[in-house]
Amino acid sequence: MSLLEIEDLKVHFPIRRGVVFDRVVGQVYAVDGVSLSVEAGKTYGLVGESGCGKTTLGRAVLRLNDITDGAVRYNGTDLAQLSEADMRRQRNKLQMVFQDPLGSLNPRQNIESILVEGMEAHKIGADRAERRERAQRTLDAVGLPANAMSRYPHEFSGGQRQRIGIARALVLEPDLIICDEPVSALDVSIQAQVLNLLEELQKELGLTYLVIAHDLAVVRHISDVIGVMYLGGLVEEASSDELYANPRHPYTKALMSAVPVPDPDVEDNRERILLTGDLPSPANPPAGCRFHTRCPWRQETRCDTERPELRLLSGGHKVACHFAEEIESGEIQPTSELAAAILPDAHVQTDIPDDSGQVT
Amino acid sequence: MPLLKVDDLSVTFTQRGKADVRAVDGVSFSVSEGEVVGLVGESGCGKSVTSLALMGLLADRGVKVGGSVNFDGIELLNLHKNAMRDMRGQELAMIFQDPLSSLNPVVPIGVQVTEILQRHRKMRGEAARKEAADLLDRVGIPDPTRRLKEYPHQLSGGMRQRALIAMAVACAPRLLIADEPTTALDVTIQAQILELLKELVDTQGTALLMITHDLGVVAGLCDEINVLYGGRVVESAARRNLFAAPTHPYSVGLLGSIPRLDAPRGEPLKPVRGSVNDNIAWSDGCAFAPRCDYYTMECLQGPPELVESYTGHKYRCVNPITEHTAPAVIDTEAS
Repeated sequence: MSLLEIEDLKVHFPIRRGVVFDRVVGQVYAVDGVSLSVEAGKTYGLVGESGCGKTTLGRAVLRLNDITDGAVRYNGTDLAQLSEADMRRQRNKLQMVFQDPLGSLNPRQNIESILVEGMEAHKIGADRAERRERAQRTLDAVGLPANAMSRYPHEFSGGQRQRIGIARALVLEPDLIICDEPVSALDVSIQAQVLNLLEELQKELGLTYLVIAHDLAVVRHISDVIGVMYLGGLVEEASSDELYANPRHPYTKALMSAVPVPDPDVEDNRERILLTGDLPSPANPPAGCRFHTRCPWRQETRCDTERPELRLLSGGHKVACHFAEEIESGEIQPTSELAAAILPDAHVQTDIPDDSGQVT
Repeated sequence: MPLLKVDDLSVTFTQRGKADVRAVDGVSFSVSEGEVVGLVGESGCGKSVTSLALMGLLADRGVKVGGSVNFDGIELLNLHKNAMRDMRGQELAMIFQDPLSSLNPVVPIGVQVTEILQRHRKMRGEAARKEAADLLDRVGIPDPTRRLKEYPHQLSGGMRQRALIAMAVACAPRLLIADEPTTALDVTIQAQILELLKELVDTQGTALLMITHDLGVVAGLCDEINVLYGGRVVESAARRNLFAAPTHPYSVGLLGSIPRLDAPRGEPLKPVRGSVNDNIAWSDGCAFAPRCDYYTMECLQGPPELVESYTGHKYRCVNPITEHTAPAVIDTEAS
């Protein structure tokens, strides 16, 4: 059984209008029917562009947003059904690391107080001395100096602040940590330090991560399984290597071709799939496949009327596209002239041995 | 003869009662027409201050700018304010990082674009409006006549950045300075914007100074790359040379820090130790020494000079990385 199972999760936000009469005039379909499962001890990476609902999904798992419909099963318990008080008791097992390390730390609390607060709330540790000791050990584990305890967040650099955020999550000995853009606010050299730290901690403590990020390279580096989100729905899910070697959804293909690689040879020879236009509004998502308005492979039938289900293809690869097989075999060619010029072989160089077996 | 020649540029911020901060320290580079030059570095390395100094956008008080900025024979740093104002927008233009805060939120896009046409190209009324619509169309904004009437908040992030680019290219400037033009954007939109910039350089022969922290972006776009650290250029080379044989330990560290999409999974990243706070002053030695895996006592004996190899590859390091250099054994506990 998976540690975390999300089933048909929906988070809709009402759009309200009116001063006197409070009317609901519409819904923002931030997360609209996502199912995924995270295995214990593994890392699930959720990637997508801004507005695709990835952060809302992460927050909904911790019930920081109200869940409209669906189930979030943690160790078999449906978190969506728990009362507020029961949920709060679960939170020491489910922790979160936030994107903005300064914004998520109280500037007027010193580091000791930040770390001890959670332990007190969850009645962890017998007395003050024990909590202190535990906080100290955690700080050491995330690579902060011993004298950090009595200092305040503003005294630390961005990378160190993110370490404090990680320590705050770790100190409660959680099973699952949801990392929402853990490194996007950091400089590249610091980013690498924090990514390495997350990996080391996972190895040592057997943690499970749900990593939410917009940077595909970061997600690929750290994750075992990757889910790609677009406009509130999961469009593709596969193991990290399989997804990279063999992206099957048109959106994933476009996303991969857009990620810059720090290597002139790759950059010069790469085939780009440029998407036209912007992300449609999640308050008024297109009918049918949500990607059909920007998809270069769009077909006259089905795409604009029928929403594709996430279905299992070979190699544990799940794709939500009606025509995934036809696109792969080349039966369907991209419609726009722009994309036509750059195909076939649209994905980035695939020189990695593909061990998951291409059966198709 | 390059279009823009920056020589020994330095910017110092002074504050009464506090020590001076030298944000840019002897930076030299040049940009020719149709060429893309990159300034790469992390936050605090002085890349944005450099661009502001070039555009004459730094405050008058509390800032000392030294060195020389020569634009097609004109010394920009000595130029009178009004003359500089004529240059900006007309000859050299800038694209800023955050498109929302660089557009006026209470003025429609159209007014903001036509303003430039009126100021520099003396266009009026219908002609200016038509030209503005043309500009928006050229940078790929659909339905430009409608967009002209809209306010910045009604546009998406990518569209705002396009509007900013339209404003920057309104007078066909010969030099375009792009300060992190795609950092606030999603990757698919970033790819669109980079393509647009490339097209401008290729078709109009615009010189482009690209300022970014993203080595992936410069790898595909720039002809020459300058890596900045602590306000100085630490390495400068043609694109292919830099990526094929990075010579300064900081450049090597940066490249090792980036998770690459095409790297096999499971390999740990090789980050640079510490943070910018560990820097020492350049006057005492190499500012990067405390974070460097290759440092020797020699690094602490005064500022290293920029050395040029026979291939034109420049680096500021007394102990540069060649294939044979092994990292010095360092007691991390002690540091």
